[in-house]
Amino acid sequence: MSEIKQISLFVENRPGRMAKVSKTLSDAGVNIRAMTIAEAGDFGVIRMVVDDPQKGYDVLRNSGFTVSMTDVLAVEMRDTPGGLYEIVSALGDNNINIDYAYAFVTAKSEKAMLIMRVDDIEAARRTLSARGVKIATPEEIQKI
Amino acid sequence: MERMPAEDLKALQLDRLKAITRYVYDHSSFYRQRFAEAGVTPDDVKELDDITKLPFTRKVDLRNTYPTGMFCLPKNWVVRYHVSSGTTGKPTVVGYTKGDIETWTESLARALTSIGLGRNDVIQVGYGYGLFTGGLGLHYGAERIGAAVLPTSTGNTERQIELMQDLESTAIACTPSYFLHIAEVAERMGISIKEDTKLRAGIFGAEPWSLETRKRIEDTTGIKAYDIYGTSEISGPLFTECQHQNGIHVWADMFLIEIIDPKTGEQVEDGERGELVVTTLNKWAMPLIRYRIGDLTIKESEPCECGRTHPRIMRILGRTDDMLVIRGINVFPSQIESVLMNIPEVGPHYQIIVSREGALDVMKVRVELTDRGFSDRIGDLMALNRRISKELKNVLNISAEVELVEPGVIPRSEGKAKRVIDTRKV
Ligand SMILES: [Zn+2]
Repeated sequence: MSEIKQISLFVENRPGRMAKVSKTLSDAGVNIRAMTIAEAGDFGVIRMVVDDPQKGYDVLRNSGFTVSMTDVLAVEMRDTPGGLYEIVSALGDNNINIDYAYAFVTAKSEKAMLIMRVDDIEAARRTLSARGVKIATPEEIQKI
Repeated sequence: MERMPAEDLKALQLDRLKAITRYVYDHSSFYRQRFAEAGVTPDDVKELDDITKLPFTRKVDLRNTYPTGMFCLPKNWVVRYHVSSGTTGKPTVVGYTKGDIETWTESLARALTSIGLGRNDVIQVGYGYGLFTGGLGLHYGAERIGAAVLPTSTGNTERQIELMQDLESTAIACTPSYFLHIAEVAERMGISIKEDTKLRAGIFGAEPWSLETRKRIEDTTGIKAYDIYGTSEISGPLFTECQHQNGIHVWADMFLIEIIDPKTGEQVEDGERGELVVTTLNKWAMPLIRYRIGDLTIKESEPCECGRTHPRIMRILGRTDDMLVIRGINVFPSQIESVLMNIPEVGPHYQIIVSREGALDVMKVRVELTDRGFSDRIGDLMALNRRISKELKNVLNISAEVELVEPGVIPRSEGKAKRVIDTRKV
């Protein structure tokens, strides 16, 4: 099963960097589906899911950014209280660590999606599927 | 000449020392006055050790006598001038007779031969041509050994790389920081120095660089990286390591070197670190007696494995002017470089920023994160940052703040890299 490729960028906290990232991607016709910024003092890490990861990666790299691609899971969260807890506890029960996670709402279907980097992506997939959690495919992410 | 027995070399040095001492005394009011102040005359030089009776000269003497007050010949003897930039003061002017150019050329020709270059080589000279001695110095030396010179000078990096490929350069001479930049640009152009060029040797100098930088250059580009040494006051670039890469061969028939304790001015033993002092034995427009360049190094007089008998100086730790005193501790940028080059997660370009917060000196080291070092987990980056800090502290004995920056942020230089920004106003 092919995984969703997240693009991560190393950026310094200086004005205009985020704008440069957005412009580089939009000039290349790459659309950002979800994004988060984690900051730590002088620098930060931008993580994002885009409709065409390979193209996004290439244009950012050619513009001189430090970029990497990471396999992540995108899961649909049930629109009920405790939807997030259900996912986190299921993984925790099976000793799967979440490195980080961020949520976004899809534009068309208004579904809440959770993007996660975990230490064992295969185990996480099995665990969540067994609990009936819907896991998005790269094609689905591309289409939203 | 290069394998002359040490005793014969010493006899030759003594003859030449006597001659040059007599010559400056007769031709220069500057030296006559200095000798008088020190209570010596040329007659006091009877053996090599008598050199210690002679007074030192320093860069400040060149500045104070600007432009040509230390010349020993009328200006119509001069066939060329070089002028060093006045970054730390007034510029200094060096004049050369035809014979002085010949000595310089011969010195470099021997050096280039000792690293295995010859008439089948194409030597790309990426040092600046002009008032700076690097470009023209290497140019003449390379022509003398019958190599083809590709005088690219500095700048226009992509063109440098195209020509390196098209004309099959086998060696390049430039600053080590500029070569690192060339390698980076080549990679971006999709060209591997190792696979796609004929380059096999680099002759790097004009700024201090560490053994770790050598290793990184050699590992990433597949060339052999040789250290070259010299400074404009004593002609320009003059000496290199041989293929054994174990110290820079200084031609004793042309230059007499001493290593002294910078505080006392006394000579130190072979193997002990001290300040390099050079007396020119075969240079006539502007000879220098016991010139204190300010570079710290170690002398080795034992013959090299290659069989050359002339003394060697080990890698230059740095110039006394480059030394930073931070919270009372001496720090050389080259020490910081050694640490950084051993950490593959960061790139070869760096910057040292020294400032004062209240009464305390603060040192910050900015270094570029490489793709290899990048993890999208913040915790990994923080750990890398702490690891660099810790390794710096182990070597320097003072703590330094580390800032990881994006690649390309630290200014690249085509000549000597400016690595230190000291904002302290003492
Ligand atoms: Zn040797």
